[in-house]
Amino acid sequence: MSQEFQAFDFRCKFGSKYFPYPIFTASGCASSGKELAQFFPLSEIGAVVTKSIALKPRSGRATPRMAETPSGMLNSIGLQGPGIDQFLEDDIPWLLANNSRVVVSISGETVEEYASLARRLRVVQGLSGIEVNISCPNVENRGMVFACDPVASKAVVEAVRRNIGGELPIIVKLSPDVTDIVSIAREVISAGADGLALINTLLGMAIDIDAMRPKLAGKTGGLSGPAIRPIAVRAIYQVHAAFKNVPILGMGGVTSGRDALELIMAGASAVSIGTANFGNPTAPIKVKRELEELLRERGFSSSHDAVGVAHEK
Amino acid sequence: MTSINRKAQQSDVEIISNKKVGAYHHMVFAAGDMAAHAKPGNFVAIAVGGAASSMILRRAFAIYRASDRGQYGGTIELVVAPHGQGSRWLTSLQIHDRVNMVGPLGTHFGIPTEPVNALLVGGGYGSAPLFGLAEVLKERGCRVDMVLGASIAGKIYAPLEGKRSVNSLTITTEDGSAGQRGKVTEVIPGIIEKNSSEIIYSCGPMGMLAAVEEVSKNFQTMHQCAVEESMACGIGICMTCVLPVRDNQGVIKMTRSCIDGPVMDGDRVIWNSSRKIPEGTWGAL
Repeated sequence: MSQEFQAFDFRCKFGSKYFPYPIFTASGCASSGKELAQFFPLSEIGAVVTKSIALKPRSGRATPRMAETPSGMLNSIGLQGPGIDQFLEDDIPWLLANNSRVVVSISGETVEEYASLARRLRVVQGLSGIEVNISCPNVENRGMVFACDPVASKAVVEAVRRNIGGELPIIVKLSPDVTDIVSIAREVISAGADGLALINTLLGMAIDIDAMRPKLAGKTGGLSGPAIRPIAVRAIYQVHAAFKNVPILGMGGVTSGRDALELIMAGASAVSIGTANFGNPTAPIKVKRELEELLRERGFSSSHDAVGVAHEK
Repeated sequence: MTSINRKAQQSDVEIISNKKVGAYHHMVFAAGDMAAHAKPGNFVAIAVGGAASSMILRRAFAIYRASDRGQYGGTIELVVAPHGQGSRWLTSLQIHDRVNMVGPLGTHFGIPTEPVNALLVGGGYGSAPLFGLAEVLKERGCRVDMVLGASIAGKIYAPLEGKRSVNSLTITTEDGSAGQRGKVTEVIPGIIEKNSSEIIYSCGPMGMLAAVEEVSKNFQTMHQCAVEESMACGIGICMTCVLPVRDNQGVIKMTRSCIDGPVMDGDRVIWNSSRKIPEGTWGAL
């Protein structure tokens, strides 16, 4: 059999869990998966990372919540969601019934809220992981972004680890809006993180020069899309250089197989598709197909073999 | 909360006509099956700017007309206002160029089972989906009166063939350059009284829809409106196009206009709530 006809080894691993494909959806960019399922079977990607869920329902921020920027967009959704109860009742059963692997992203305002969310998830059967979102920029008090403070980051991850038990992998999502991302990564790894999600959006702003006021009702928002990809590549490269054995879920403006491969070569074990879903609901499938072609062209028989290769040259 | 339009699909579609009409472009796309499933009020989302575009978000357009049979198979027609960079790119395309389209999306106008007296109110290019609606209502034996308003005459979209599907057409412009000087809300009370209108269908800027809802409330008519909120995805995953809407239990929720809209009952929408979360909204901080 020629190489072209051999099944490509796309497996990746976070903690104790294997995923068949290294392409995930990014939290907040796939809602809870139902809508994208109209365009491709969710089982065709590694996992759906759900929109970050809080303990209680959240209305999110006022509109306008979105402003397109060159090769990017600003959003200030503010973690709109139904709260953990309704989420566990409606969204999780639907995802599992549709053969999707599920990584639940959680967001709290206090360490205790993260602990409570972890306790709620511990008893849910069939999950593949937890993403601990400590880096959403769209909170009323920007001082509460845990990921900007190594001590607070560590406290959150320790609380989640203590309450989730040993089985379910914890992936901690970090902010690039810090002076030294490696030092934050060190703290959350020491607190028990199995993997890191890099990167969340960057805090940005746009002004409507006719109305002469900020475009977003919330004034500031998270910048995402291809505009931030070089920052993602840098953050992944730095963190992988420091912690070779900690798997990274890379994200930040990936719209093509080329972009995904760039993040993998920087050190990502898997790649999440975020803002690209908005422009193309089949983006995850396109990225996966193109990634396989590019890896084969370069003589790789698995995506794992390409992780971090840019560090060796 | 409803779910994404079950008929929505994604495909590359060919432009088969692109004509400038007043301030707008009338564009026709060979859209295959998408056309067969499109209903008045639905919209499509189009990727703009080509493969290397720096415009990463789709642009949403209300469907002007859809036909499932013809020389090119199914066709979808849009009325595009070349206001922004994306819509200018779209209107600059040539016949036989292709664009990536997702559709049909969103909710559609509810059609009464019995013949009723309907009043259709459109603002600017917001008139686009009303002509297809008028045809369907006429087929059901409804009386259809239409009011179209804009700031100036050039922004009234009222094609000749569209005029044939209505019993009366009233035009208002704010500068008086066509029809009556003033706003649509100044003429619709008289039309409601004269024709015993039972339901109002509206489409246009949010300010106009809010004003039409006020009139509708006074006359106790039903009011279905197609809201206009800026969207990033059009398929319900980004949560940017939300507005506060009362659900069946009376709870105000930030509701996606791409999935639970664009067509909504006017009396459910909490109007004039841009840049704030109304008091009592579910999950408000």
